[in-house]
Amino acid sequence: MLELKNITAGYGHFTALWDVQLRVARGEAVAVVGPNGAGKTTLMRVISGLIPSRAGELVFEGESLAGRPAHDIVAHGIAHVPEGRRIFPALTVGDNLRMGAFLPAARQAFPESSARVYDLFPALAERQRQRAGSLSGGEQQMLAIGRALMSRPKLILLDEPSMGLAPVMVLRLFDLIRRIREEGYTILVVEQNVRQVLKLVDRAYLLEVGRIKMEGRAHELAEQDFVRKAYVGL
Amino acid sequence: MTPGRLAALALLAALAAAPFVPMAGMRQYVLHVTIQIFIWSFIGGAWSLMGRFGLVSLGHGAFLGLGAYAATLLWNFYGLTPWVGGLVAVALTVGFALVVAYPCSRFRILGHYFALVTLAVGEVVRLLIIAERDWTGGSLGLTLRPARTDASLLAIQYADKRVFYYASLVVWLLGLWVWTLLDRSMARAAMEAIGEDETAAASVGIHVTRFKLGITALSAALTALGGVLYAQYFTYVNPDTLAGIGVSLRIVFAVVLGGMYSLLGPTVGTALTIALSEYLRVIFGVKFIGMAETIYGLLLVLFIIFLPSGIYGSARGLLRRRRTLEASATA
Ligand SMILES: Nc1ncnc2c1ncn2[C@@H]1O[C@H](COP(=O)(O)OP(=O)(O)O)[C@@H](O)[C@H]1O
Ligand SMILES: [Mg+2]
Repeated sequence: MLELKNITAGYGHFTALWDVQLRVARGEAVAVVGPNGAGKTTLMRVISGLIPSRAGELVFEGESLAGRPAHDIVAHGIAHVPEGRRIFPALTVGDNLRMGAFLPAARQAFPESSARVYDLFPALAERQRQRAGSLSGGEQQMLAIGRALMSRPKLILLDEPSMGLAPVMVLRLFDLIRRIREEGYTILVVEQNVRQVLKLVDRAYLLEVGRIKMEGRAHELAEQDFVRKAYVGL
Repeated sequence: MTPGRLAALALLAALAAAPFVPMAGMRQYVLHVTIQIFIWSFIGGAWSLMGRFGLVSLGHGAFLGLGAYAATLLWNFYGLTPWVGGLVAVALTVGFALVVAYPCSRFRILGHYFALVTLAVGEVVRLLIIAERDWTGGSLGLTLRPARTDASLLAIQYADKRVFYYASLVVWLLGLWVWTLLDRSMARAAMEAIGEDETAAASVGIHVTRFKLGITALSAALTALGGVLYAQYFTYVNPDTLAGIGVSLRIVFAVVLGGMYSLLGPTVGTALTIALSEYLRVIFGVKFIGMAETIYGLLLVLFIIFLPSGIYGSARGLLRRRRTLEASATA
């Protein structure tokens, strides 16, 4: 479904990603793990068109999307839940979801999509008319995911969804992501919480200083000695 | 018909009839002040199209000056009727606005930095007008070449203030109509999202650059139109009253005072500032010439801190809250 070939990208003179190869098949859940500053967020931004890649290819469902701007990528069916959630704090929960369905095709399907999101996240339904900025961290993350679902994506990019959440909330969130997955969405997730995420996904990539160091089935990666020591904390 | 509609209709009827109400010897003066309120409210409304979405421009004087000078120069030197010259002036100003706005959008110049860039742009236009004194008359300003009396319509020059009263009333209504259209459109939702977080807006599929440039072009076009109207009414343009920091800030003062998030906020704010400066002028004469500006400055600071949605915006918010309270009490 998604294929990155030799993607290189960065900021100004600084190169944050070198020659990255990555594939996500339809229906799969794939994780990218790695330490802080490895380039995980940069990778997500390149895929969603928020920053351009300098070299390499980005193919989604057979179409080359390299160099396309973000609004165009959304229209192709890739939704990005950015790091730090980035909901619209002054808008209500309902309006945040409405913004998620900004594109004409998504706007037409608004009633169904919002019903589905409220079904997935009942907490949001109760707070429809509340300002998004007044939600708790966990609820804000749900809203960010819900907003992404409103664009009716095929692939969802999740950048550190568990960041800053209490442990109980993290578990609930991973359950929710599991449910979203069962609904048939393809997921590419970045996480620092390696132990949890490896239980959720089929495959994973290890990114270090801008390069893919390792890739494999999630359970195999979890067994790797140095992954265990470095990230799983066992 | 709702009470609001009824009130609006009554107000409109009163405004339409005003020039024929006997006012002893005050008519000319009242008309003059009202025309100024209409023109500056319209310009303030144009400014608020950007301001309410966080695009705080301190350089709208540039658009105003370009519009006013372009139309005036075209008439003075080429005899081009302001009906056409005004359109050319508006088009020119929009082009200029886009040239400034595109790099700002591209390089993410936001917030204070955007305000500073626009401040500089406004000042550059003022200095350019002064420097090009061979045709613009420099800092002395420029008088609109008088037309023969049988060419009044072609030249848009009338000695009768009532003509300009109705013209500026129509233009002011046009501004309110544009504001309302925008307020009900998807563009408003998109601009609100962009104002909150550009990255998040892009990631839900909003074409950030297109919307920002679009709103800038609209705001600049209306401001330039206000400049053309000003020039036709006063038949005199001057770089200090139509470009540069002074006038740019005055537009912002008025809008912030009245409230930039509501339809009538800019009008209320403009009416108050004009009333204040007229009052001070009558009381102090020319003794304290900078008095009005000093008071505006103080008020602006107080308003930004204590009443960010302005006098009109806050009063309306209060009324609305009371109404919903009453509604829930009776329910
Ligand atoms: N906007 C930016 N401008 C310049 N450098 C950046 C920017 N964002 C990230 N970087 C740099 O790029 C590298 C990768 O960052 P990032 O992709 O955020 O890593 P991760 O998400 O894995 O923590 C880091 O060295 C970081 O300092
Ligand atoms: Mg990151």
